[in-house]
Amino acid sequence: MNGEKTQVEDVHQEFYDFRFDESDFFKVDSGLTPEIISQISDEKKDPAWMREFRQHALEVYSRMKMPDWGPSVEGLNMDNIVTYVRPNTERMNTRWEDVPDDIKETFDRLGIPQAERTSLAGVGAQYDSELVYHNVREEVARAGVIYTDIESALHGPYADLIRERFMKLVPLTDHKFAALHGAVWSGGSFVYVPKGVHVDIPLQSYFRLNAPGAGQFEHTLIIVDEGAYLHFIEGCSAPKYNVANLHAGCVELFVGRNATLRYSTIENWSKNMYNLNTKRAKVEEGGKIEWVTGSFGSHISYLYPMSILAGRGSRSEFTGVTFAGAGQILDTGCKIVHAAPDTTSYVNTRSISKSGGENIFRSAVVVEKNAENSKSAVSCQSLMVDRISRSDTVPVMDVKTNRADIGHEARIGRISNDAVFYLMSRGVTEEEARALIVSGFADNVSKELPLEYAVEMNNLIRIEMKGVIG
Amino acid sequence: MDNNDLLAVEGLRVSAEEKEILRGIDLKIGKGETHVLMGPNGAGKSTLAGALMGDPRLTVTGGAARINGEDLLEMGVHERARAGLYMSFQNPVEVPGISLENFVRTALEQRSGEKVRPWAFHKEVLQVLKTLEMDESYAERDLNYGFSGGEKKKAEIFQLLLLKPSLAILDETDSGLDVDAVRTVSRGIEEFRKNQDASLLVITHNAAILEALHPDAVHILVDGRIVKNGGPELIGEIGRDGFAAYTGEEVHA
Repeated sequence: MNGEKTQVEDVHQEFYDFRFDESDFFKVDSGLTPEIISQISDEKKDPAWMREFRQHALEVYSRMKMPDWGPSVEGLNMDNIVTYVRPNTERMNTRWEDVPDDIKETFDRLGIPQAERTSLAGVGAQYDSELVYHNVREEVARAGVIYTDIESALHGPYADLIRERFMKLVPLTDHKFAALHGAVWSGGSFVYVPKGVHVDIPLQSYFRLNAPGAGQFEHTLIIVDEGAYLHFIEGCSAPKYNVANLHAGCVELFVGRNATLRYSTIENWSKNMYNLNTKRAKVEEGGKIEWVTGSFGSHISYLYPMSILAGRGSRSEFTGVTFAGAGQILDTGCKIVHAAPDTTSYVNTRSISKSGGENIFRSAVVVEKNAENSKSAVSCQSLMVDRISRSDTVPVMDVKTNRADIGHEARIGRISNDAVFYLMSRGVTEEEARALIVSGFADNVSKELPLEYAVEMNNLIRIEMKGVIG
Repeated sequence: MDNNDLLAVEGLRVSAEEKEILRGIDLKIGKGETHVLMGPNGAGKSTLAGALMGDPRLTVTGGAARINGEDLLEMGVHERARAGLYMSFQNPVEVPGISLENFVRTALEQRSGEKVRPWAFHKEVLQVLKTLEMDESYAERDLNYGFSGGEKKKAEIFQLLLLKPSLAILDETDSGLDVDAVRTVSRGIEEFRKNQDASLLVITHNAAILEALHPDAVHILVDGRIVKNGGPELIGEIGRDGFAAYTGEEVHA
């Protein structure tokens, strides 16, 4: 254990890497044309307004430029991406037995139905472009909580509710991939929690992208009405292929007066994934959005969940961990707009870089002129596991009132040899000692997750740290 | 080497940052024996402890060290621990994210390669906490995280009793132990020695700890060499006269 570091390169993640043949699934041709979009509309039996919306989105998409300010997305050739892959099943099943065997096995191996039995109020599972399974516990449904796929909701009693909000928080013109999402979106969840209903156990959605060269574009729309509470968890994974896959989902969250929404994500996309996802929440008076996010996968990520603190005294908490290994550039962070007085935001992120992986943390805190007595504290810590990895921090603050209290703190560190020696002196291997230190570093997030997810996250860290010795 | 020797150190030379600290140490500790190592500040007492445990900041430049007849110096730090060596740290490192109890359980599992049953282990943890008169909440707290100096010291003794090494080196030098921690250390030593085969090397100036020890041997370390080996009578002598007789100058403990 001298000063020189050795490096063992990345291990692949066998656990997530199994895959099934999708040759008999219905797919649209790769690329993007008005005809392909129209075909998706047919498939999904879109209402007229949605048909128009998709075509308009395609026009916006064609006009807009690729992002040129972050990690390169040159490896992503949109002409090769299949935007719609329907698994070979009836749209949506509410009984697990009805889900086709290979898909069922995929989710079984990922532990989804077990999780439902033990600790969840409801589960949705998306395979490629469609939600294949959705179920909600009876007592939750009885309280008036709606948890369903967006497609059915577009035809049901909530159609207007959705139409009023669909891609209003994230407009098509937000960025090129938002426009793309508008054109080809498929699957995802609609959740409505009525006034004053406190959903005690979390709802979960699991996204699995299985087909090579495909894109997943699920749309999640959640409305938590006045005084209600919800914890929503999403998990994502995909097996690895040699062609680029794309994830450009969109999450729109509406947090009512004095309501609280906790939105947790454990993302472990395979390392060929371009994860260009957009998440946004609007919070009314006295409401609170809590983001908890662990990002482990993808080749390139652009991900900055945004909180719009629209009502007086509304709050945002963001707790995140990103882990970038070999071949990964994770450009992540968050954005907060203080648009009302007495609003507060708190950001606590940790990033871990190893084997040449690169983390870029971007935060943007905007305090509008009327947001007097607002407070914001941003803290970002980076851990470098070796000397060949990178970490950058890009904090932006735009404060338009001088009656606000804004703080930013960034720290960068390495695993201390003293700590490794100490842990090893109790009989653990160097690898285990380092994994313990890294897990501990990420405990801002694991402390916030339900136990089973905290365990899964620590397992992911353990897998990532395998073979890494100093 | 005597068959009864647990630890045998011969001519050990150790440097830190290219400066020689230990200049040929000979030391033998038998099974079930308690030894005390004394010496003025800077003599190299902690260096000896660290070198035996495998502190990466130290370089062994000569000599040999064996535990149960096996070459200690060839082993990695974790292998030394698994061979039965334990060292209490003067400044234990704070590791958030894992509780004291879970850490010790992880260490035990890694040492044996077998699962430790959490419930049975938890009962043992409670027993040890009771013996040491430590609050139950200790075990749930993150490893040394936010612990005071005294609390860290107690946590080291807690780990000692659960890991059950064959040789424990307790390096208490230079640390201002509060009364509470002294009592915990003393109780821990007492409990540890209930095992007939447990060996102990105590580095301390603390009269309260030394009085109760009744060591089998006392070694005086000065300027990187052991200058005197003797029995418990040396403790009284040093307490009275300091190390002047061995250093040629007026140095007190």
